[in-house]
Amino acid sequence: MNRVLRYCFFLVVVRPLVLIVLGINIRHRERLPMAGPAIIVANHNSHLDTLALMTLFPQRLLESLRPVAAADYFLSRKGLAWFATQIIGIIPLSRKLHHSGGDPLKGCHEALDRGDILIIFPEGSRGEPEHLAAFKTGIAHLAERHPQTPVIPVFLHGLGKALPKGESLLVPFFCDIFVGAKLAWPGARQEFMAALDGAIRSLATEGKLPDWE
Amino acid sequence: MILITLAPAVLWTLASIFGVLVIASLAVAWLARRKPGGHGELVLRVKSWWLMVSLFSLALVFSRGAALALFGLISFLALKEYLSLIPTRRADRRVLFWAYLAIPVQFLWVFMEWYGMFIIFVPVYMFLGLAFRMVVGGVTQGFLRAAGMLHWGLMVTLFSLSHVAYLLALPAEGNPPAGGPGLLLFLVVATEANDVFQYLWGRGLGRHRVMPSVSPNKTWEGLIGGVSTTILLAALLSVWLTPFSWPHALAAGLIIGLGGFCGDVTISAVKRDLGVKDSGSLLPGHGGILDRVDSLAFTAPLFFHFTYYFYY
Repeated sequence: MNRVLRYCFFLVVVRPLVLIVLGINIRHRERLPMAGPAIIVANHNSHLDTLALMTLFPQRLLESLRPVAAADYFLSRKGLAWFATQIIGIIPLSRKLHHSGGDPLKGCHEALDRGDILIIFPEGSRGEPEHLAAFKTGIAHLAERHPQTPVIPVFLHGLGKALPKGESLLVPFFCDIFVGAKLAWPGARQEFMAALDGAIRSLATEGKLPDWE
Repeated sequence: MILITLAPAVLWTLASIFGVLVIASLAVAWLARRKPGGHGELVLRVKSWWLMVSLFSLALVFSRGAALALFGLISFLALKEYLSLIPTRRADRRVLFWAYLAIPVQFLWVFMEWYGMFIIFVPVYMFLGLAFRMVVGGVTQGFLRAAGMLHWGLMVTLFSLSHVAYLLALPAEGNPPAGGPGLLLFLVVATEANDVFQYLWGRGLGRHRVMPSVSPNKTWEGLIGGVSTTILLAALLSVWLTPFSWPHALAAGLIIGLGGFCGDVTISAVKRDLGVKDSGSLLPGHGGILDRVDSLAFTAPLFFHFTYYFYY
């Protein structure tokens, strides 16, 4: 039941919203993986980021698209938790330190083993819209455990203008999506983080982005 | 189906456009076969033409409401493209929302055939209202620049383009052969054909640049050849689609030819100022929607008022 609901929600609400109300200018679409397992890593400005990234994939891959999202935020209320896990299909991630001893990335490992496509925002929060914050290193742990899985960096711009943190009114803007070349596992977490950071920063310079102050 | 209410001349013209598209597709396929890989952009461009012509014909044939909805959508896409390209202020987010709301309202005036409101709503009420709404936001730094840029965009993408739609609201008596739809088709076909003619003449014979600092591909040969061909086409089409006398038909062709050129180079200047090559990527082979309707934004009000003055 929820699977059908999820399929229809993306077909009838999300796709028209992202493709007509907002609109996408994408560069290097061919670099997106058309099968899992894969990890899409993007900067984070808005709730719309997840929906825009999911729209880049054909509807038949919807089942395997899994955005990773903060458990403390999305599981805080019952209705929101149902919507986030059943309709959007998130993998909840605890942002607190793992005091219980369990691996907080367990859900992500399982999904990748199943061949899913993970969508991760390593900034950890939407933060100040259209500003790039430092990446958290959880992504490096994930990449280390799955060195064969392609990691694709993506730079997003514009959605932070359309629906920034703390705003409820959506104002249409085209969003730019620049897809980077897949990153190979370099052998060490620190090198990986440097490569990822460099990749997203260099993607950000590919387009001419208008000022927004 | 309201198909029957369209004059036969309008339907024949639509059919002829599809005929031209078939010929263009065959020609491009032949070119692509002779020199493989060299005409990718041209192939995409013709494909996008198929999509645009099909949508346009369907809306026109279906009903007046559908045609207005399509033009409203085009204004929305063009305004969105413009607002995404220009620098905007964070404080103006909600002001931009009001600017978007002006689109359905303006097309409502067209639907109601309320000419007086249609002609002043954007240049008077939105001009004053949006500026004041920006002041309510309380941020004065960059106010004049933001208010000016927003109004310029709204004038081009909404006010000017909605003149195309208002042709449908004109009383049928003014144009016995084909009514409002005939005038609309005349304007759109002549404007788009003029773009193509200027491009082809420029590609074939272009030597002397008109405005090298704005649009290096525009040449005197392209301009003169294009405008002359557009005048010929206008004279031909006017017989079936318009109430124009011969001198008026030639004048309409001249207005559309020159107006189209002006619109094209003006939007080129905007893009150059903003540092982009295309306004977007919505129409493969053409660029964005602004790249396609740039000339129409200038020809529509010019042609509309020419016709309105002499025939309504």
